[in-house]
Amino acid sequence: MKKTLFDKIWDSHVVESIPNGPDILYIDKHLIHEVTSPQAFNELKERNIPVYRPEQIVATADHNTPTRDQHLPIKDLLSRKQLKELSENCKENNITLYGLGHPYNGIVHVMAPELGITQPGMTIVCGDSHTSTHGAFGTIAFGIGTSQVTQVFASQCLLVEKPKKLRVNVNGKLKNGVLPKDVILYIISKLGTNSGTGYFCEYAGNVFEEMSMEGRMTVCNMSIEMGARGGLIAPDQVTYDYVEGKEFAPKGADFDRLKAHWETLKTDADAEFHQEYIFHAEDIEPMITYGTNPGMGIKLTGAIPVDGTKSDAKALAYMDFKPGETLLDKTVNYIFIGSCTNSRIEDFRVAASYIKGKKKAKNVNALIVPGSRQVAEQIKAEGLQDIFEAAGFTLRQPGCSACLAMNDDKIPEGEYCVSTSNRNFEGRQGPGSRTILASPLTAAATAIAGKISDYTQTLN
Amino acid sequence: MEKYKILTDTAVPLDTENVDTDQIIPARFLKATDKEGFGKNLFRDWRFNKNGQPINDFVLNQNIYSGSILIAGNNFGCGSSREHAAWALKAYGFKAVVSSYFADIFKGNALNNGVLPVQVTPEFLNKLFQAIEKQPREKICIELEAQKISILSNGETENFEIDPYKKTCLLHGYDDIDFLISKLEAIEKFEDERNGIKAVPQVTI
Ligand code: SF4
Repeated sequence: MKKTLFDKIWDSHVVESIPNGPDILYIDKHLIHEVTSPQAFNELKERNIPVYRPEQIVATADHNTPTRDQHLPIKDLLSRKQLKELSENCKENNITLYGLGHPYNGIVHVMAPELGITQPGMTIVCGDSHTSTHGAFGTIAFGIGTSQVTQVFASQCLLVEKPKKLRVNVNGKLKNGVLPKDVILYIISKLGTNSGTGYFCEYAGNVFEEMSMEGRMTVCNMSIEMGARGGLIAPDQVTYDYVEGKEFAPKGADFDRLKAHWETLKTDADAEFHQEYIFHAEDIEPMITYGTNPGMGIKLTGAIPVDGTKSDAKALAYMDFKPGETLLDKTVNYIFIGSCTNSRIEDFRVAASYIKGKKKAKNVNALIVPGSRQVAEQIKAEGLQDIFEAAGFTLRQPGCSACLAMNDDKIPEGEYCVSTSNRNFEGRQGPGSRTILASPLTAAATAIAGKISDYTQTLN
Repeated sequence: MEKYKILTDTAVPLDTENVDTDQIIPARFLKATDKEGFGKNLFRDWRFNKNGQPINDFVLNQNIYSGSILIAGNNFGCGSSREHAAWALKAYGFKAVVSSYFADIFKGNALNNGVLPVQVTPEFLNKLFQAIEKQPREKICIELEAQKISILSNGETENFEIDPYKKTCLLHGYDDIDFLISKLEAIEKFEDERNGIKAVPQVTI
């Protein structure tokens, strides 16, 4: 039978299929962090169950960590306790932890790929919905709840029903200034936030083939925002080049042997999908969101739709926007460049290239937060930090930061924030905050203008 | 886990679509390291204003509604994978959530915690909202064994789907962990038979 990329990886990880029930799916890598693991460790302890394969687990601290003075003890006592428990739990169970201050520390979905922990053909899970990010490598990666974290601790497996398959094709030539973030915001705005429920989504077409690994990660990251369990892109030379030489990537003959296997991970011609969509690159423009879910997106210069539902009206009331209006010229006092969607080196290169030689608007408070220590070092090494500082921005230390505002990085009530993160839910960036999702370029341009503007006119 | 029995109770109508897990339990309450106490912060920012005063418009603050069944708009539980959302619903006292659509991860989390996600057609969901609007004390009956949900006063009934494996677990109070541990031998065999996985070397600070 013709198989899709997804089938090939899934089927090779099934330990057993339960008749009339789920599959026992083997998990290659289990990533954990401080927020969704403590209750799982407690459960193991209570039931006296050992961690089955500690060497296949990697831990980081990211969700509630401060982005300033990381060398000092954490002020927030609850956060401090959570991190302490993570360290203790990892130590007791022989799990590798790249804690705060470690050169490999960072947001779980940024640090694992850049260390070569994420590799094509794997199954990867993490107690975090944006685990879909790792699908950029041609990996089945998805977010799980804490009960499932316990299951993987206990057995390195999960009981899961095989999802259905969806393919989104985008072909053509992207316009100047249209970034991977715009592509995925466009797709979600067209398909809606639950179109992917029950599916795993493969992204195909020359637009994705021509994207860098960073761009592919941005796209796969937001698969969950259309409801899909995960997204993935077939591995190719771009993938192999990225993985090769990374700290924990296979080396030498091992690499060649695995690469030969990875090359087989392509969807067979004529393989069937349960659902398929086709979009044209030429139709995509820089995107922004105007509502309180990631599907409520329009092009930067577009108008808010007038024919919304009751829930849309509630969202607009929260955002203080009106149907029919455009967001151009709206004053914005906050911008955030960061999160596992857009905090990789390429995101900062794009932002810096726009910012270079310009000054930040006075009204704007900017949070610029690299995704990992390695990205932070690279920003410095490439001279991007100097560009940001000359324009009046300061860089923070890595972490999830204002993406979910579990630390001190919050957007005040009622304020708009043009954010490169992935969720614009009510209060996501702090109680009463109003999030406008966009690309790093749009965020950078907003910081310079102090308002939402059609910067594409000035791009060369 | 407790065995799941027939549930007959009044319901709370939350007629909002795309209720995400950030609303069910905001991120700032995720710093706990145990499962207790999430119930009081369920729907925190819809239930209370910033001074901690109840917001009267919100259904959980309206005395006419009560019960262990939550009826919610389409696409309930989207967004973050936080199982804290299921813990919060359970701790508050909800035993079932009825909607015309559930986000995948939420559905799994709810099932793993004995909160039954009942997916009905949009038409039946409407009937439920209408019945409760007419009579807030309306009783709803959810029979897991028969996969049936009914509105008691008018006898309107609909069948719902549930994964047969999950159904057995709920009815008998089993959980996945016990099951997987019983399979460790097969899992080990699987590991032996395949190759290509490189463990991450142990580096700790
Ligand atoms: S950056 Fe945001 S979305 Fe990504 S892992 Fe952290 S909290 Fe989750």
